[in-house]
Amino acid sequence: MAHSPAFKRTNTLLNTWAKRSALAFVFSALALNTGLALAKDTLTVYTYESFTSEWGPGPVVKTAFEKTCDCELNFVALDSSTGILNRVQLEGPSSPADVVLGLDTNLMALAEDTGLLDVSEVDTSALDLPIDWTSDVFVPFDYGYFAFVYNTELMPEPPTSLEALINAPDDVKIIVQDPRTSTPGLGLLLWMKSVYGDDAAEKWEALQPKILTVTKGWSEAYFSLFLNGEAPMVLSYSTSPGYHMAIDETEQYQAAAFDEGHYLQVEVAAVLKNSKNKALAREFLAFMLTPEFQTAIPLTNVMFPATDIGDDLPEAFTKLITPAQTLLIDTATVRDNRKAWTNEWLDATTR
Amino acid sequence: MTLRLTQALAAALLLFVASATLLPLAALIQQVGQLSVVQALSDVWIQRVIKFSIWQAALSTGLSVGLAIPVAIALSREPRFIGRQSLLNVFSLSLVMPTLVAIFGIVAVYGRTGWANGWLQQLGLPEFNLYGLNGILLAHVFFNLPLATRIFLVALDGIPPAHWRLSSQLGFHGWTRVRRLEWPAIRAQVMGTSLLIFALCLTSFAIVLTLGGGPRATTIEVAIYQAIRFDFDLSMAVSLALIQLFIAISVLWLGSIWKQEVPMAFSSLSAQDQWRPKSRLRSLNVLIIFIASGFVLLPVVGLLVSAIDPAFFSVLKAASTVKAFVNTLLVAISSAILCFVMALGLLLIARHCHYRLKLQRTSQAVRLLGNVILVMPPLVLGTGLFLLLRPYADVFSLALLLVILINALLALPFVLRILDAPIHQQAQSHDRLVQSLGIAGWSRFRLLDWPTLKPAAGLSMGIAASLSAGDLGAIALFGSDRVTTLPLLLYQRMSSYRLQEAAVTAVLLLLTCLLLFTLSQWLTKSRSKDVNP
Repeated sequence: MAHSPAFKRTNTLLNTWAKRSALAFVFSALALNTGLALAKDTLTVYTYESFTSEWGPGPVVKTAFEKTCDCELNFVALDSSTGILNRVQLEGPSSPADVVLGLDTNLMALAEDTGLLDVSEVDTSALDLPIDWTSDVFVPFDYGYFAFVYNTELMPEPPTSLEALINAPDDVKIIVQDPRTSTPGLGLLLWMKSVYGDDAAEKWEALQPKILTVTKGWSEAYFSLFLNGEAPMVLSYSTSPGYHMAIDETEQYQAAAFDEGHYLQVEVAAVLKNSKNKALAREFLAFMLTPEFQTAIPLTNVMFPATDIGDDLPEAFTKLITPAQTLLIDTATVRDNRKAWTNEWLDATTR
Repeated sequence: MTLRLTQALAAALLLFVASATLLPLAALIQQVGQLSVVQALSDVWIQRVIKFSIWQAALSTGLSVGLAIPVAIALSREPRFIGRQSLLNVFSLSLVMPTLVAIFGIVAVYGRTGWANGWLQQLGLPEFNLYGLNGILLAHVFFNLPLATRIFLVALDGIPPAHWRLSSQLGFHGWTRVRRLEWPAIRAQVMGTSLLIFALCLTSFAIVLTLGGGPRATTIEVAIYQAIRFDFDLSMAVSLALIQLFIAISVLWLGSIWKQEVPMAFSSLSAQDQWRPKSRLRSLNVLIIFIASGFVLLPVVGLLVSAIDPAFFSVLKAASTVKAFVNTLLVAISSAILCFVMALGLLLIARHCHYRLKLQRTSQAVRLLGNVILVMPPLVLGTGLFLLLRPYADVFSLALLLVILINALLALPFVLRILDAPIHQQAQSHDRLVQSLGIAGWSRFRLLDWPTLKPAAGLSMGIAASLSAGDLGAIALFGSDRVTTLPLLLYQRMSSYRLQEAAVTAVLLLLTCLLLFTLSQWLTKSRSKDVNP
């Protein structure tokens, strides 16, 4: 539609003697148009693979945001949240990304250290998180707790605390992920650390006989082993049963509530300092906290929304466990100690 | 083709393969400036990781190759039973199963609650514990036994019918026939195949971690992943990659001490002749084939069982499935063709160096070049390529092209291994004659090389195509949602908790690989006897 005046004009010009210059005009007009469209209107968001998949929040978010912004939202899917950080680190100041979406509380300090991120300028008063939000760079979009999910058919009475799990008989088997290669794996490492502090190594040693195996990632643990009936319990999220209840309509898989409390993961997004569309990028960060974005989260990303969405929260999510206490080690401490704690875990579990 | 053009093409090919495999590493080295090889080697933990990587790879290789020899001999001695070709095709599927799917199948059969333990329990036998060295070895044999068997089978099929007849007239049976006829044919392939499998096991990642039972079982590849993804310590990652490369090349060098004896065979131009002397121990053959098939096929069956569901066909019909299926075929077929052309080119260059220029070392180096990619960690390759290409192009819009290219390179070692024997044998027996008759270039290829190569070409294209179809690494590296292939769709469905759909996708992926295998076999089959060179 927008091109029709140009075409009309072309037609009249074509009837005159200046055929060549007319063609040149058309081409330059077209080039200018597309050039403007690209420069003005595309927001590039780096995120992780499952966010952009057909069943993830990506497609819903794209449609909803493009309605409000008159722009094109372009997701670039990377293999993991650490993959997103790696990519902007490699690209440095010339990164084509405007927004990074999908980092978490454990990566925040590392990400800020790169000096590539800018303040969000987003009003975060609508947030409804289990903790107070203080960062002015990162805007949370969802959260979840790490938890052990169990198969009620294989394990009618799950342990009720981390301590009980550690002291359980050795034939109680669990599957966990490796903290060196997976987000939940790192989550458990920090969970143990925040509960046991300096005694964590000892407790890992006591837990070791119960660990059937340590997988590379969540998919191997959950799909290849747990749902195959290989062990009654797997490290996952407290929200996992929400999906099974709402979509698969089964209550067979539940999360065990532990007395010591559960370790929190908040997923965040931030705008890049060298973004060429900073205003639009900030608009997107603010959009993340609107109901359009937030109501898509529970069933597409299988996490809790970062704001109160009232009755829009699927019923299954109201049946999920509420941790007795929210555990979280601040991001700078994680950055400073992650390597040492990982080594401590390695020593304890390979002794 | 003029000589000059041939030379230019050869040089371009060598340069291309060398730069695609080595430049990414060089780019990373340049980026980090200083390497930390010494620091890595002095770390006690890294030392343990290196030792473990080598140890498990050596054991896995020994088992896979050792067991493949009797299986290949049994299959070769039973050349015509119903479903033999289909069995061989299904046999090759284990090699191309995405790790996650293979783990699923293996656990369904050999896990704590798997079928095998159910049977053991009924027989009153102790439980088999999958997790630990057991599991690593079992999985690696599952992946590599079929590969080795197929390579050895090609070698056995290369024994000229006249030799079989002679051996029959001389009354060779059982062990004597193995010693005089079959082992010499296999022997030529043993070292090369072992090295290929050793490299595959050395760089094994998710299998070792998941079935190894925990961090005690860690390969260098895990340490590289950790260094890049979690620590963003590129210097450490590159150093570890160099150490891995060094180990692989040392092993290769050790391997070259073993004299490669090429069987003194007149390469059979009518390779289709399937005549074999009667085997006296047919029941033993049948038993070996039965056990091997059971071992390889059960995990596939385990996966099938879990995927059969009322929703099976609706998942197959979904638009996303169809799109991913088409993309997968496109990627697989293009990279198989590219790979075949590259492999053939490299081998013809190697042959020229070996027989005409008498440069044995150079000939070996050319073949080695195509194998380097085996031990190049995917993350290092991906990161390096990204750094290389970024200043010149939009990496994301090139995604499909890069995926085809990388998959072709990744399949190159397999295709080289399979095509090597026929080309070598051909040259061994005909090169002087060819030279004196002045047959060269295209006519030599068409009249002499192609008829010998045909059966091997089918197998190698099949393997290359299905390896590419099943690969996730290359596509995940460049992070684009513009190209979805079946393995990627599988992971996406899984991480969105769509587990049933993921299982169906996995089955479709296997069927696709089977289709590609059958297709390439069919395309290279001699359909009429009048193709007489």
